Order: sequence, then C-alpha cells, then structure tokens
Amino acid sequence: MSTLTIDHVSRWFGNVVAVNDITMTIGPGVTGLLGPNGAGKSTLINMMGGFLAPSTGTVTLDGQPVWRNEKIYQHIGIVPEREAMYDFLTGREFVVANAELHGLGAKAAQKALATVEMEYAQDRRIATYSKGMRQRVKMASALVHDPSLLLLDEPFNGMDPRQRMQLMELLRTMGDEGRTVLFSSHILEEVEQLARHIEVVVAGRHAASGDFRKIRRLMTDRPHRYLVRSSDDRALAAALIADPSTAGIEVDMTEGALRIQAVDFGRFTALLPKVARDHGIRLLTVSPSDESLESVFSYLVAA
Amino acid sequence: MYDPTVARLTYRALLGRRRALILGALPLLLIVLSVAVRALTGADDQTAADVLGGFAIATMVPIIGVIAGTGAIGPEIDDGSVVYLLSKPLKRPAIIFTKLIVAIAVTMVFSAVPTLIAGLILNGNGQQIAVAYTVAALVSSIAYSALFLLLGTVSRHAVVFGLVYALVWEALFGSLVPGARTLSVQQWSLAVAHKIAGGDLVTSQVSLTTATVLLVVVTVLATWYAGQKLRTLKLAGEE
Repeated sequence: MSTLTIDHVSRWFGNVVAVNDITMTIGPGVTGLLGPNGAGKSTLINMMGGFLAPSTGTVTLDGQPVWRNEKIYQHIGIVPEREAMYDFLTGREFVVANAELHGLGAKAAQKALATVEMEYAQDRRIATYSKGMRQRVKMASALVHDPSLLLLDEPFNGMDPRQRMQLMELLRTMGDEGRTVLFSSHILEEVEQLARHIEVVVAGRHAASGDFRKIRRLMTDRPHRYLVRSSDDRALAAALIADPSTAGIEVDMTEGALRIQAVDFGRFTALLPKVARDHGIRLLTVSPSDESLESVFSYLVAA
Repeated sequence: MYDPTVARLTYRALLGRRRALILGALPLLLIVLSVAVRALTGADDQTAADVLGGFAIATMVPIIGVIAGTGAIGPEIDDGSVVYLLSKPLKRPAIIFTKLIVAIAVTMVFSAVPTLIAGLILNGNGQQIAVAYTVAALVSSIAYSALFLLLGTVSRHAVVFGLVYALVWEALFGSLVPGARTLSVQQWSLAVAHKIAGGDLVTSQVSLTTATVLLVVVTVLATWYAGQKLRTLKLAGEE
C-alpha cells in the first residue's frame, strides 16, 4: 500500500506556469487524472515519477522524496506517453532488459508478458508492433517488478476498443489488489469507466478532487446545449418545452434549426426521439453544441 | 558500476545497421587508401606516418569518437527512451560509466584496429609506426568517448558540436594556433605515440607528462559531470 503525496507543487518553464500550487494525495486504488490537453497533466506525472524537479513544493512516496532518489523506482512502475522504446528489440528482449535492470530475471519478464497477454507476439521486433501492442509491452515493462505505485500517462491513446477494455480490466485488477494506480486522460468516458476517484487539472490548477460520481453529477447536471433540425421545428419545440428536462428553446431562423437547452441530460436524450416519433416529426440533425472538453471543464471549475 | 544490461542495450543501439555502416565507412576508406598508397609509392616510413597521422588520428578517430560517444546516449535522450533506464533503481553514474565503456570499446574497435591494419599495409610496422599510431588511437578513443558522451548527455546538438570540435578545433585550429594544440586530444595521444616510436616521424606539441595528466583529468571529469547531469536530466518537453 503506497501513498503519493503532492504538496504545494508548482512548476514553471521560463515565464510559463505549467503546474500551479497543486496539493493532492493519491492513495491505493485507481485514480484518474483528468484535464484537457495542455492542462499540465504530463508535467505533473513527470514530477510524480521523479523525472522533473518541482520549482516549489515536494512530491513524496510514503514519505520518501521521488526526485533524485533512484531507489524509489523499486516501488514505482511507469508507463510513459512517448512512443520511443528500443524498437530494435523484440517485445520479450525489451521486457527481460527491464526485469534485469531491476535485478530480476526472465521469469519475472515472462509473467509480466503473460499479464498483458503479449506472449503471442513477444518474439517480434517492437518496430513491427501496433500502438496498442506497444502500450501493452510498456505496461509489462512497468509491471515486471510488481510495483506498489503505477503511473500511466495517457495510456489509452491510440488503442482500439478491445485493447482499451483489456487494459482497463487490468488496471482495475491492480487497483483492487491494493496498488496505487494513477492514469491521466483527457477523455471523460475513459475516466468514468475506470476510476472511482478523480483529480481534475485545468490550466495548471487543481480544479476538483474526489468521488467520480459526485463530479460527474456536476458535469451532467450542467445545462446541455443541442442544435436540432427536424421536419417541423416549431411543433417539436412546442412538444419539448412542455417537459421539465428542457429549460429553453430558441428558433434560429438563419440556421433553420432549434437551439435547445436541456437541464436533465439523461431524461432529455430519452425524450427527444420519443417526442419526435409520437408527433410524426423527422429528426434531421441532433448535435451537442457545447460538448467540447474545455466547456465541460470550465463549467466544473466555475462550480 | 558496470551494468551488463545497459551495456547490451547500448551495443545494440550503436551497432544497428545504419550506424554500423557509418562506423565502418571511414576505416574501410583508410584501408583502401593504404593499399593504394602502398601500391603506388611502396613502403615508406614518412608516407606511413603522414597517412596515419593525417587521416587516421586527425580525422577518423575523432569522427568515430563522435559517432560512438554521442550515439551511446544522445538518441535515447532525444527520443525519450532513456526513461526506461532512468526509472530503475540504478545509480546514474553507473549508467554513464557503462555507456562510456561501450563507447570506448566501439571507438577502439573501429579506429585502433583499422589503424593497425593500415600501418601494417603501409610499411609493415617499420620504426614501430603502426603500433605507435595504434596506441595513439587507443588512448584518444578513451578521451574522445568520455568527452562526446558528456556532450551527448548535455546537448541535443551533440553530433554537430562534436564534429565542430573534431574537425575545426582539432584539425584546423590545432594546426594554426599554438594554444589550441595544447588543448587537443589528438596532441595528447601523439605524445604517447612519440614515446613508443621515438625519432622524428611521430611528434607532438605537448610533453608526455602533460599529455597523460590531461588525458586522465579530461576523461575523469567528463565522466563525472555526465553522471551528475544524468541525475538531474529533465524528461520534459511533452507539453
């Protein structure tokens, strides 16, 4: 059981503040580090992994500093975001090398390869691997010494849905076993499926922390805006406004569409197709107009 | 201090197909040149000393030193794969020391061995010229490897800086500016070669004592400093 403590950590590069006075504690289980691209997640993970010195503040693992402390890596497994990984080796050679660097042997490497289900391609050169396969071999190299803390920077990037499910299952198991697992992501749905606890970082600041469901409620309760085109916009507007899930509807004459503000996301998404069918209206366009991650995060920060 | 796994990874990276071709090109050129010279002029001590001193020691050894020294760590730092070494409970100086040994071994194999072969072709080791220049190549391999490994650790443009040092400083300034001659790995190694060959065929601008001290100091300091730099190497740049 390990606890990673980030205490008033800031990091700036010249005049740019990448991480601004963040304090958080990451305990056992799976934690999602959520934030839009460029929010400072990678900088934060680099500091958590001991690859970057905080400009101010401290990062400690069970009381031990991680910066300039090589011994700490007996307890940390790292899955970096960057792709480069000794492409001239085979998957097995790569994981064996990682095991040896921890003072372990081929047996530990084989176990890690089995855990990520990469034995079938272990004798192929890494250069021939798909992104998902690379990700799994990176994962094997991070697991080879059975670490108590696992740090993963955007681990699901470029993975297909099946690979994503497999990795999620694996991380979930690690969390259930009592390991401290932290992964970063800019995709809400990924975090939702995997982490109970989340830390949200926006523009270098710590925007929210805690139980995912609570934060997700904040996210889903926010007003959602939709742009809808149909065969009879006015009849659809009249039918929708009668329901409390809809807070306001504007008929946009220039666009030839309805701009709808929904307050109850779940109810509205069920209501819209039902109302359309009951009134014999054809829906031509239904598109969320504020689903960008930035708008979700800025709503969250404001809350 | 020496880690066999780090060494294995470094050897495989250094001797990958493309780099091995580059490493092999200059030695091959030296040997072809020696065969041609021998065929055209016959065995001549002065010619042998000119070819080995002018091409092998002044050009080939430093360039191979640059390729092996910077290549032992630079690409890993550039592409970020060094993270797999740094995220291990390994002392940073041990990583540098191991990479230094590999860089030295590769530089020696690709520079000293062809120098010896070329010397034997040119004048059959008459007046100990082949052996003297081979020892110079061995000695300078150590210092070049340490210097260029440091350069590969601290700079993303290590190859350019290394080539500028090797070709501009050593070859150009070294022959024009007296001060530059004292601060030249090539001159230090020639001082050792001079001791072996004796006579006037192999000469150096520095004394053997000065050369030995400077060789040891530069190698030790460069290696120590590279270890320190690796301890605080920042793997940022993703954002």
